[in-house]
Amino acid sequence: MKIGVLAVQGDFEAHGKTLERLGVHPWFVRRASDMESLQGIILPGGESTTQWKFLQAEGLDRALCQGAAGGMAIFGTCAGAILLAKEVRNPAQESLGLLDVVLSRNGYGRQVDSDVRFGESKLSAEALEMVFIRAPIFEEMGPEVKVLAENEGKPVMVQQGKVLASTFHPELTGDSTVHEYFLKLAGN
Amino acid sequence: MSTTDDNVWRVKVGLAEMLKGGVIMDVTNAQQATIAEKSGACAVMALERVPADIRKEGGVARMASTKVIRGIMSAVSIPVMAKVRIGHFAEAQVLEALKVDFIDESEVLTPADEEHHVWKHNFRVPFVCGARNLGEALRRIAEGAAMIRTKGEAGSGNIVEAVRHMRALVNDIKRIATLGEDQLMHEAKTTGAPLELIQYVAKNGKLPVPNFSAGGIATPADAALVLQLGAEAVFVGSGIFKSSDPETRARAIVKATTHFRDPKAVLEASEELGEAMRGLDIRQLDEKELLQTRGW
Repeated sequence: MKIGVLAVQGDFEAHGKTLERLGVHPWFVRRASDMESLQGIILPGGESTTQWKFLQAEGLDRALCQGAAGGMAIFGTCAGAILLAKEVRNPAQESLGLLDVVLSRNGYGRQVDSDVRFGESKLSAEALEMVFIRAPIFEEMGPEVKVLAENEGKPVMVQQGKVLASTFHPELTGDSTVHEYFLKLAGN
Repeated sequence: MSTTDDNVWRVKVGLAEMLKGGVIMDVTNAQQATIAEKSGACAVMALERVPADIRKEGGVARMASTKVIRGIMSAVSIPVMAKVRIGHFAEAQVLEALKVDFIDESEVLTPADEEHHVWKHNFRVPFVCGARNLGEALRRIAEGAAMIRTKGEAGSGNIVEAVRHMRALVNDIKRIATLGEDQLMHEAKTTGAPLELIQYVAKNGKLPVPNFSAGGIATPADAALVLQLGAEAVFVGSGIFKSSDPETRARAIVKATTHFRDPKAVLEASEELGEAMRGLDIRQLDEKELLQTRGW
């Protein structure tokens, strides 16, 4: 299985290590030409404003939309979820629009409000460890978006078709449940 | 450590992880911060004067005015860092109350304590500290630093010290990774670093926190150089807003940081740039004028 990790800025190495633990080689993507024949791609955490500029400058925004249209699975964590959203607030910024949600950036506050929590999910019986870092919040969701995990009454992981997004960072834990779920999605 | 302490530590290092592959730019007002964000900075560092001006004007360099920092925090959506004097834990308390995202306990400001650094475990906000070698880096991490930046020589526009410190750090890490467990106590003794952190480095071949580079980066090729030597992101201080073309230069350094292994991309980033800041020959500086020797 050929899985990419967007490597323009952010914690792409942490995602790479999680994939390696699952026996999948991470294909680091910096240009549109790196995306050839990917079955799935992970958009990591980091700064969404910085990452978005690269997506546009390198034509990666178009390549990602084409990939999604062709059945490629996409998983965005935190900043990656922001890139996927249809609408971004606080402040408003452009995004790929591949996921029918409205996301509010830095929804919990600033870094001192970052935290590690445990929450139920539909992926496994055991609670998931969720690392929130300057995390965004899903404010609104379209009818085709299903919620896979919630924390304190707010959705924190959602899916629409082959697009998966979490506002927390499963790549910063030892638990690979979410990545396994994504690989299954990419393999179907 | 209790679970809560452990979780606080993880989100501190977690934010440092998020900044990897990015450029953190020194800014002195909201307008510069906006330019930095537009140019692709992954964070900004708020300070009163950039190091080149501190060097030129002298006097006591302190934490920036809270009004200026607040202005910067409301102007941009990316993380805002700010500097405190070495050992000045009360300045750090003020910055934490202000809710800055990261504190730099920095040799660029005039030290407040010539023996002690801030005990950074007491804070919920993460800290970055400068280091010139492995011992210094591990002492800062033991005190609670969630990110290390090699010091270089701030405000010099000269990359030579940044290279010296990155090479020293990487060489020490590589050497220790080859040693047997029976040799590590001696390393703890000679480097002045806690044994358990020396053991971590020996086992993992890297620091337990991200390692960035600072102090003298002025061009896209400078950024590509320190990243190829092992830095995971770069801080650019005077290099941007002391150049003739801040916005273009900021964008160029951001581009070179992502594509640091791709000379063609660094070439593209280097074209159409104006004049870089005028640099200093470190050898012409008096020992007393060096900023890197502050802290221990």
